[in-house]
Amino acid sequence: MITMKINGVEVKAEEGWTILDTAKFYGLEIPTLCHHEGLTPYGACRLCLVEIGEGPKAKLVSSCTYPAEEGLVVHTDTKRVIQARRMMIELMLSVAPYSKTIQDLASKFGVTRMRFKIRNEECILCGLCVRMCAEQMDGKAIGFQNRGYQRKISTPFDIRSEECRLCGGCIYICPACQLRCQGPQEESAICNACLTMDPTCLDYYNELQCWMYDAGRCGTCVREKK
Amino acid sequence: MKKVKKLKKIRDLKQLIEQKEQERQQETRKVIAVSAGTCGQARGALEVIKALKKSLKAAGLNDQVVLRITGCHGFCEAEPNLIIYPDRIFYQKLTPADVPTIVEETIKDGRVVEKYLYRDPVTKRRVWYENEIPFYQKQKRIVLGDNVFVDPTSLYDYLSIGGFRSFLKALEELSPENIIETVKKSGLRGRGGAGFPTGVKWEATRRSPGQPKYIICNGDEGDPGAYMDRSVLEGNPYRVIEGMMIGALAIGASEGYFYVRDEYPLAVRHVTFALEQLYQAGLLGKNILGSGFSFDLHITKGAGAFVCGEETALIASIEGKVGEPRQRPPFPAQKGLWGKPTCINNVETWANIPLIIKNGADWFSSIGTRGSKGTKIFSLVGKINNTGLVEVPMGITLREIIYDIGGGIPDGKAFKAVQTGGPSGGCLPASMLDLPIDYESLTAAGSIMGSGGMIVMDEKTCMVDVALYFLNFLRDESCGKCISCREGTQRMWEIVKDISEGKGKPGDLELLEELAIATKEASMCGLGQTAANPVLSTLRYFRHEFEAHIYEKRCPAGVCKSLIRYVVIPEKCTGCEACKRACPTGAITGTRKDVHSIIYDKCIKCGACLDACRFEAIEAQRDEAITVIKEVSI
Repeated sequence: MITMKINGVEVKAEEGWTILDTAKFYGLEIPTLCHHEGLTPYGACRLCLVEIGEGPKAKLVSSCTYPAEEGLVVHTDTKRVIQARRMMIELMLSVAPYSKTIQDLASKFGVTRMRFKIRNEECILCGLCVRMCAEQMDGKAIGFQNRGYQRKISTPFDIRSEECRLCGGCIYICPACQLRCQGPQEESAICNACLTMDPTCLDYYNELQCWMYDAGRCGTCVREKK
Repeated sequence: MKKVKKLKKIRDLKQLIEQKEQERQQETRKVIAVSAGTCGQARGALEVIKALKKSLKAAGLNDQVVLRITGCHGFCEAEPNLIIYPDRIFYQKLTPADVPTIVEETIKDGRVVEKYLYRDPVTKRRVWYENEIPFYQKQKRIVLGDNVFVDPTSLYDYLSIGGFRSFLKALEELSPENIIETVKKSGLRGRGGAGFPTGVKWEATRRSPGQPKYIICNGDEGDPGAYMDRSVLEGNPYRVIEGMMIGALAIGASEGYFYVRDEYPLAVRHVTFALEQLYQAGLLGKNILGSGFSFDLHITKGAGAFVCGEETALIASIEGKVGEPRQRPPFPAQKGLWGKPTCINNVETWANIPLIIKNGADWFSSIGTRGSKGTKIFSLVGKINNTGLVEVPMGITLREIIYDIGGGIPDGKAFKAVQTGGPSGGCLPASMLDLPIDYESLTAAGSIMGSGGMIVMDEKTCMVDVALYFLNFLRDESCGKCISCREGTQRMWEIVKDISEGKGKPGDLELLEELAIATKEASMCGLGQTAANPVLSTLRYFRHEFEAHIYEKRCPAGVCKSLIRYVVIPEKCTGCEACKRACPTGAITGTRKDVHSIIYDKCIKCGACLDACRFEAIEAQRDEAITVIKEVSI
C-alpha cells in the first residue's frame, strides 16, 4: 500500500494506481474528458490536472497518468489548478462549441467567456475513439494524423479503412460529438444554460416521471433561474 | 574504407595508442588541416580540398605534406579555412583559385600570404596564427578543440591524441561506482538543456532493477540556429562513442543507441563509419579486448520531429512508435527503451565524459561557476560579426561572448536582444548583457540554457516578429497530444499574428499572458512547458513594442509588413537605380541620377529595395493608412 495525501487527507493507494484512481476511490471528484476506465490513460485533455508537491517545486500534472507515489502531496482544487482547467475548457470550447459535455463543464467551472476565434472542428482530439477502436474493438482503423495544429483523427490515407467494421464504438465514446448543445451563437461560443437553470418540468412532475430519465439535465424544458 | 587491425587484448590497444602517439609526435612534415564540416562544405571546402590535392601533386609535395580533412573548427564566418601546422598559420575564406598560391608560397617556401590571413576588424591588422585570433582567445575549447587534430573518419587519428585512454582507465582502474562518483564529483550537468546532474542519472539507472540496460545518445538537435551536436558528431565521433562506452561500463548497459536526425547526413555518415571501424577493431561487440565487457552500439535516424528531442518521445521513436512524449514518472532510468532502465544523455554530455575520466573530477569542477561546471558550446548566430561555434567556461557573461568573441554587431548597429535556448528559451535584452551564463541565472532571467543556440538580434529586429516566428515553429512542432500545447501555441500564434498585422485589440496582451502561463503549467512534456517562454520573455522585456503594435499600429523596428511602407528619402537618394533593379514587381520608378519613388499599389513590401540601397535612402516608415483602421476598431 502506498500512503499519500490528497487535499490534506491521508489516503492509501494500491500499487499501480494513478492519482485519479485514488481520488475516485475516496470519492473526490476530478473532472476528466479523455479518461475512460476501460482504456489506457492518455493525458490529452489536461482537465484532470492536480497540483503535486509543495512550495516552489509544486507543479501541475495530469492525475490520470501520474502514478500514486509514497508520500506524495496532492491538491485537487487549488486556484492554480482551477485557473488552468478553466483555460483548457476555454480552449476546448473554441474548437468544439456545440458539445454539450464541454458546455456543461464550462458552466460547472464558471467559464463565462471564450476569447478565441471559433474554429469549429467538433473534436478536441482527446483520442478516446482511437483507443476505443484499438483496445476494445480490436480494430485499429483510426488514428492520429500529422502533428501540432494540423493534427486530426482519420483513417490511413483518409480513405475508408478495411479494418473498420462500422461498430460505432468511436461515436459511442466521443465526448464532443455525441451530445449536442444548441446554445452557442455566432457572437458567443458559450451557452451556460443547462446547469445554471432550473428545469420547469419539475414544477409539474417529479424526477421519476421524466420520460428521459434525466430530470433537469436534458436541457429541453428550461427556464431562467430566479 | 581504411581497414583497421583487430585488437584482441587490452595490451594490444595500449601498444597501438602508444605507437600512434609516437607517430604523431615524430611527425616532421607540414600538416594542412582543412575544416570540412557541413558548414565548411556548404561554403566550398570540398572544392578547396580538391584543388589542394591537385596543387600538391603538381608541386610534387604529396609525400612531404599531410592533408587532414577535419570537422568544423568553429569559426564559421571564416569558412572555408585551413590551418597549417606546426606554425598554426590560419588562412580563411578560401576559394579553389587561392590554393596554388598557398602551396607555392607557404608550403614550399615557408612565406605567409598576407591576403588570406584573418584581419582583425578592430585593430585592422592581419593575424598570422590561429591562437591569436580574438574569436578563439576567450574560448576554452576542451570538447571542440580536438576537432582540428583529428580526421573524423580515422580511428588511428583519434588514438594518436590519446583516444581511448580514458576508456582503458575506466576499464582497468575504476569500478563502476568509482566512475559514477567521479562524474558526480565533477558536477557535470546534462547539456541538452534541462541541466540534470549526469552522475545522479547514471546512478539511478544503475540501481534500477531490470536487464538489459540501455544508453542513448540524444543527437536530435532541432533548435533553429543551433548546431553544436552536429559539429561534435561530425568532427569527433570517437570522443562521443568513448564517452558512451565509459557510461555503459558505469551503468552496466550492454547496448546503446545513437539517435541522430536525418537532416545531418554527414554526422550520420561519420558516426556509422566510426561504429564500423570500432567493430572491426574489436572495441565494440562481445567481450571487448577480452575484458568480459560487451557493448553494442546502433544508430537510429530521426525523421525530423523537434519533439523527438524529448527523451520519452525519443524512446518511442526508437521503438518504432509515434514520437509522442508520455508521462514521467516512470522516468527512463526506471522504465525506458523497451521498458528497461535507460540512460539518455546529450551528445555534448557524452563528449565530456572521457575528459573527466582522463583529467579527473577536480580539473573539470575547477572550470565554471558553483552550480554549473565545465564548458558549454554555444552556436553564435544571427546579427553578429563572428558567426560560429564558441566553447566557453560557464559563468562567462553574455557581453564577453557577444562583443569579445563574437566581435559585436555588424554594420555598427545597436544590440537589441539575444535569444538563448532555441524555441524553448527566451530573449534577453541589453540590460541583461552582464548576466553570467549558467543554468540558474538564465532560468531566473526567463530564458533557458537549452542545448546552446544563441541568436543575436540588432535594433532592426522586431520582437513581435521574433515571438511570431518561434510560435509558428512550435505550433507546427508540438506533437499535439495535450490540448494545452496544441491549442495553446496555435492560439498564441493567432493573437501575436493579429498584433503584428495591426489587428491587435486592448486586452490581447493580458489574454496572451494568461494563455502562456496556462500552456506552461498544464502541458505534459518539456516542449509544452517551455513553449510559452518566447512569448513571456518578449512580453517581460519588450512589452512596449507589443503595445506600440496594438495601440499605435506602429512597428518600431520597421519589420512587420502590414504596419510599414517603404519610402525613398529624397535627400539621400542618389538615383543609382539599385533598388529599381532589385524590385521584383517594378514598383520603383525614376531615371538614373534622379530621385526614385515607390508606387504603393505595386509594392509588396518584400524589402528588397531596403537591402539593395547602399545610401540608406530607403526607410521603413509607419504606414499612415493604418490609422484609419485604428480609428474604426477602437
